[in-house]
Amino acid sequence: MEYIIEMLNITKKFPGIIANDNVTLQLKQGEILALLGENGAGKSTLMSVLFGLYKAEEGIIKVNGKEVKIESPNDANNLSIGMVHQHFKLVHNFTVAENIVLGIEDTKYGFVKMEDAIKRILELSDRYKLKIDPYAKIEDITVGMQQRVEILKMLYRHTEILIFDEPTAVLTPQEIDELMKIMKNFIKEGKSIILITHKLNEIKEVADRCSVLRKGKYIGTVDVKDTTPEQLAEMMVGRKISFVIDKPEQKLGNIILEVNNLTVLSNYTHKPLIKNTSFKVRQGEILCIAGIEGNGQTSLVEAITGLNPIHEGQILLNGEDITYQSIRKKTLAGIGHIPEDRHKHGLILDFSLAENLVLQSYFKSDFQANGFLKFNAIDEHGKKLIKKFDIRSGQGVKTPARSMSGGNQQKAIVAREFDRNPDLMIAVTPTRGLDAGAIEYIHKQLIELRNQGKAVLLISLELDEVLNVADRIMVIYEGELVAEVDPKTTTENELGLFMSGSKRGILS
Amino acid sequence: MMNKFKDIIKKIVINIPNILLKPFRNINFLASIFAILSGILVGFLIMLIVNPPYAGGGLMTILFGGLDKGLSGIGDVLIFAGPLLLAGLSVGFAFKTGLFNIGVSGQMAFGAFLAIFVGVKWTFLGDYQWVVAVLAAILGGALWGLIPGLLKGLFNVHEVVSTIMMNWIAVYGAFVAYKAANLVGGTTQNAQKVTSTGALPSWGLDSLFNSHNIDIGIILAVVAAIIIHIVLNKTTFGYELKAVGLNKDSAKYAGINSKRNIILSMVIAGALSGLAAATLYLNVTGATYKIETYPIEQGFEGIAVALLAYSGPLPIIASSIFFAWLKVGGDQLSGWGYDPNIIGVIVSAIVYFSALSFVFRKVVKKIFKKQFGGEIV
Repeated sequence: MEYIIEMLNITKKFPGIIANDNVTLQLKQGEILALLGENGAGKSTLMSVLFGLYKAEEGIIKVNGKEVKIESPNDANNLSIGMVHQHFKLVHNFTVAENIVLGIEDTKYGFVKMEDAIKRILELSDRYKLKIDPYAKIEDITVGMQQRVEILKMLYRHTEILIFDEPTAVLTPQEIDELMKIMKNFIKEGKSIILITHKLNEIKEVADRCSVLRKGKYIGTVDVKDTTPEQLAEMMVGRKISFVIDKPEQKLGNIILEVNNLTVLSNYTHKPLIKNTSFKVRQGEILCIAGIEGNGQTSLVEAITGLNPIHEGQILLNGEDITYQSIRKKTLAGIGHIPEDRHKHGLILDFSLAENLVLQSYFKSDFQANGFLKFNAIDEHGKKLIKKFDIRSGQGVKTPARSMSGGNQQKAIVAREFDRNPDLMIAVTPTRGLDAGAIEYIHKQLIELRNQGKAVLLISLELDEVLNVADRIMVIYEGELVAEVDPKTTTENELGLFMSGSKRGILS
Repeated sequence: MMNKFKDIIKKIVINIPNILLKPFRNINFLASIFAILSGILVGFLIMLIVNPPYAGGGLMTILFGGLDKGLSGIGDVLIFAGPLLLAGLSVGFAFKTGLFNIGVSGQMAFGAFLAIFVGVKWTFLGDYQWVVAVLAAILGGALWGLIPGLLKGLFNVHEVVSTIMMNWIAVYGAFVAYKAANLVGGTTQNAQKVTSTGALPSWGLDSLFNSHNIDIGIILAVVAAIIIHIVLNKTTFGYELKAVGLNKDSAKYAGINSKRNIILSMVIAGALSGLAAATLYLNVTGATYKIETYPIEQGFEGIAVALLAYSGPLPIIASSIFFAWLKVGGDQLSGWGYDPNIIGVIVSAIVYFSALSFVFRKVVKKIFKKQFGGEIV
């Protein structure tokens, strides 16, 4: 069988860790090959080697059977290899067409000439049904559309081998469906695709074959149609994974969190971000606020946790008014917070793992005496959590948080917040960017908290998560709670309609 | 039994090179060494262009510092190093907590004014006069740091702007203040010298280094560096300060009061500057405060000292001694017919090369990999 790309026996080491240990990856002409692995399994490293961002210590790369040296992304481009990164690289105040031609624009007498380029962009957009408006500005179009611009950038450069790095992480369910169709169109046209993902249902839907990495090692490649998601998950994690979450009936207890008539205004534009919103969370329940990103979830959480001031309203925790209390007091009163942005809020990246794990408790007598930190106790605490939550890091508790993989950074935050045993856990997209094993773990932990009679406020963008984990769902749209539904009786479709604002429900 | 003992000795002996080489495996240390060598090379080239035959001799004079004068030369180095160390510590400490303190000069100036006031006038304190003078210097510096600290903490006014302004307020305020307090010495633009009980004692350092100018300034400075090191690295207060400095948002998330920490951080940086002024001016025969239209230069040299030491309190001890060493050597350059200001060029070049350290880091890492086949951190 002819392979269009072969990466043979690739080994790439970083200090304290072997990111790729003798990994082999072979892509056939005209197929979608999924690259599956947990966070930190070495998927990104392997693709960075293929893209010329890293140089492997050992191993060779062949393109069309010929051995090649890829030393920079330019070499990769010349070999018709292109990548859609997880974080788009677009100029926001440029138009779609300007972004696409950037770097290879036609000029006449030193002026940029766009007519031909726009014609070609429209042609490509038509052929692959991308429905792109070349004159729209990037800042005005949706995330899904921006992703298509990235895809068009590659097509415009005659890319034959497309690498998608976790492309669905930022998309709505409808957008994901469209993307899958687009990918299938590419294959019909003879292009080849490597899809980096840890979402098993996506692999089942589009991929032909699937290569699995685990802890930097190559586990194997399977034909997707002969393999069940359970088997894939087992290959990825190295043990059996349960997809069905066991959730015993739980009796509701007292009201833990009560939000009354909350209004939050933007600091800059003074437009309302949260409009006159009220809800309650009780002991023993997981309330999930579902919605498409950017509909006020961030403002809502920042108002409750105290990160941003509120304009009007009242927040009660265990019946006590905490509206204007300091963040420290709220934390100590029993709020746990897994923040949305783990780099901005969740971690101090230049602190060690152990230091990060005591971010809200370093001042307690367990970790300090007379103002001096007890480093032994802090390290022991770190080791305990590393073991309990299976946080992987190159140098144990001394690892700088910056050098850890995204998934393990998130695990560290989760470990810290669960370990504090709060009455109310506010979990904001806690499983974003995590692999199946870690997601299963975090969901189990959230349910365990609920079973212990704690309250959980879950902010989620993933419908699977919303439907599987929640006891009650409220949908947020443009800063308002527009519907309250029971996960047992609702459907993905109905939720999608509420989330996109096409329908409003009844609030109890 | 004997064998066991031998093994232990063997282990220690084998590890000696490792221990000695430890700093050389630190990328920051190596980058600083590269910056220093490059800076000295620039100085050498200038001497080579100006007057080729003596360039070699000039270079030796710079490198040997005051060594040819023996112990008193080393004493001179330590006299210069004290204020530099504290100025560098002020910059470095603020930087570790996320603030860029350009106002060391002004903080020193106000500290100096209070210290000189006490050191000249409060003779009734007897043997404790110098102690109170030092405290006055610390208080003055702290007050001068408090103002930008409050502006930053409460109103988010950038500290670079406000500390620079505080420098000029101190410079021109001195003309008014020294006159009003009747502290102008004679007909000159100099402030009066403090009394012998207002000056820092020498605690035997004078006979040790055979120099009557040396006092306990360097000891105060080193003790301050050790205290700052402990505060930053061992205490909850230091943990909070660093958290605010490294990531203001996560510090806020963690419930740390960043306003309070910013204000305290500027006050402490100011206090260190004030102490720098005390070690510089609380003497009978040494440096004298000049009432003129320039800020105190040591305040700015402190930035170079901190930069070269990557703001680490203990490395700042070494870098301040190094800069003082260059200064003492430079003062003797005129013996070869060169202008001592070449040292200023060398110092500037070192700062420049330190700022370019990311280039050095790359080069150093490459060389290290080729030579030793190991990674460095």
